[in-house]
Amino acid sequence: MNLSASVRIAMRAMASNPLRSLLTMLGVIIGVGSVIAMIAIGQGARQATTQQVQALGSNLLTIFAGTPQVAGVARAEPAQSLTLEDADAIRQEVPGVIGVSAEFQRQAQVVYRGENTYTRIVGVTPEYETVRNFKPVRGEFFTERDMRSRARVALLGATVANRLFGDADPVGQQIKIRGATFTVIGVMEEKGATAFFDRDDLVLVPLTTAQRRLFGVRHVNSIQVQVASEDQMTAAQDAVTELMRTRHRLGPNQENDFTVRSQADILQTLTGVAQTMTVLLGGIAAVSLVVGGIGIMNIMLVSVTERTREIGIRKAVGARRRDILLQFLVESVALSVTGGVIGIAIGVLGSRLITQFAGWATLLSPQAIVLAFAFALAVGVFFGLYPAQRAAKLDPIEALRHE
Amino acid sequence: MALIAMRDVEKTYYLDGVEVQALRGVSLEIDPGEFVAIMGPSGSGKSTCMNIMGCLDRPTRGTYTLNGTDVSTLDDVALAGLRNRQIGFVFQSFNLLPRTPAIENVELPMIYGGVSDRRAKALAALDAVGLRDRAWHMPTQLSGGEQQRVAIARALVMSPPIILADEPTGNLDSTTAGEIMGLLGQLSRRGITIIIVTHEPDIAAHARRLVLFRDGRIIKDGPTRTILTAPAVAPR
Repeated sequence: MNLSASVRIAMRAMASNPLRSLLTMLGVIIGVGSVIAMIAIGQGARQATTQQVQALGSNLLTIFAGTPQVAGVARAEPAQSLTLEDADAIRQEVPGVIGVSAEFQRQAQVVYRGENTYTRIVGVTPEYETVRNFKPVRGEFFTERDMRSRARVALLGATVANRLFGDADPVGQQIKIRGATFTVIGVMEEKGATAFFDRDDLVLVPLTTAQRRLFGVRHVNSIQVQVASEDQMTAAQDAVTELMRTRHRLGPNQENDFTVRSQADILQTLTGVAQTMTVLLGGIAAVSLVVGGIGIMNIMLVSVTERTREIGIRKAVGARRRDILLQFLVESVALSVTGGVIGIAIGVLGSRLITQFAGWATLLSPQAIVLAFAFALAVGVFFGLYPAQRAAKLDPIEALRHE
Repeated sequence: MALIAMRDVEKTYYLDGVEVQALRGVSLEIDPGEFVAIMGPSGSGKSTCMNIMGCLDRPTRGTYTLNGTDVSTLDDVALAGLRNRQIGFVFQSFNLLPRTPAIENVELPMIYGGVSDRRAKALAALDAVGLRDRAWHMPTQLSGGEQQRVAIARALVMSPPIILADEPTGNLDSTTAGEIMGLLGQLSRRGITIIIVTHEPDIAAHARRLVLFRDGRIIKDGPTRTILTAPAVAPR
């Protein structure tokens, strides 16, 4: 018996009980669909992260407070080693530096009339706008004067603006941050969100205002340094490290109390995280695919029992064991592959819907689709084999007697 | 040379751990073109004998030679080949595939035999049993007699030398039963060896030779007319 005849028999068997076939396939449909959607979310996050880091501006060094782990041991106390003065020193003393922005951020409640939201309050210097390449769409960024006067002015991220003001124009309105009244002077452009992180969920205030008026601190969390060109990056990184060690009075045997990282380092870390999430999500989804396979095996075993007499008839007219084996194997593969195709359609559609309604970036990769399909096929073969072998081994006499 | 030659065939099987001796030394030869009826009470071993003849089962002891081939040593593939090409089965309960049109039921043996031009050959076989216009009917849309004729067409389509019919009229009324026996008689006249198992003397009467089974042994074997007219032979 050739393959095309087996496929025709399998299709007829599937069509003879459409509801049962659909329910059987459902496990594979959900499995394949979720694998594709989950990988699309993970890949989308990865792509968005890459774009996000690149959008920070080019040739950027970031200095974080705190030591890198040495021999797996990190210092326990919260690092408060970086200050605005460090930022000023870098601007003045390191060659090749064209912009420096210091940042301090903390979560806080923001209120506008009846509406409120809990968001990131980010204190930044005016250079943030150019160094981070993040600009207001409405209103103006604050100035050195606002810095000096610790002005109570704020720029809203798109998510915050939307949450507090809806469609109304926030510019000129008064909001309260941690109980203090601020005037909204602008709304930032939209940067977009991934499944893990919303880049527009923040409020920008002058760094000095955040430090003194809001949170009562003197340190900053990080300093962004923009370097003139890529080939000056290594030299700048060394110079910054040297300068910071001198300023923090660190002896030759003391570890750095800060970390200097380039964009490439950060990119690597973040995409690594996104990659791990992709594998994790895909793995969980793959489990449901295996569960779908068990469903197929279950229904194939029922089918073999139901069609015992048919198997007997086929054997009586000359079917060999391998003909019966092939027939039932093709049938389970037909179920899993049909489920796989429907699952792909649902996965693709699902990813689109996630992007449209949840606003998460998704990226459909052909490899993920091929992988999910191949997995569905393998599930069909693997879980179809045992029922098919059972059918093939049936004794023709007993099979013919079966009612 | 005999087409079917069984020598001292014994068959023992186990039913729920209990040993059942279905055949206790059966020797039987059937020549090409014979029309043989096998009779005997339930449990006499006639069905087991049929199954062995039909290569559905193998003897526990003894030899069975079909058309020159010793069956007892063959594997699954070879047995399936014999069932496909040497034997056509006709069953009491017709055994057509459900939800499958008559013509595709007839095509079934040809699929496993790797025969080409199946549709035309199946139509010809249906024509031979007078059902050409019912080719696309489902089994449920056919009467009992029509279903059995489809089964006969299926048995014939590979042109086997032997047709084995196990109670072919058991589920049919007497008129239809007569038609089916008439059809088998025609096939016999064309030189096909016909072996039927039956309970009914009326049906057995169509055959020229009668073999009587009792307790796993052949107790009588001879021309139908002689055995059936003798007293003391009570069917069932």
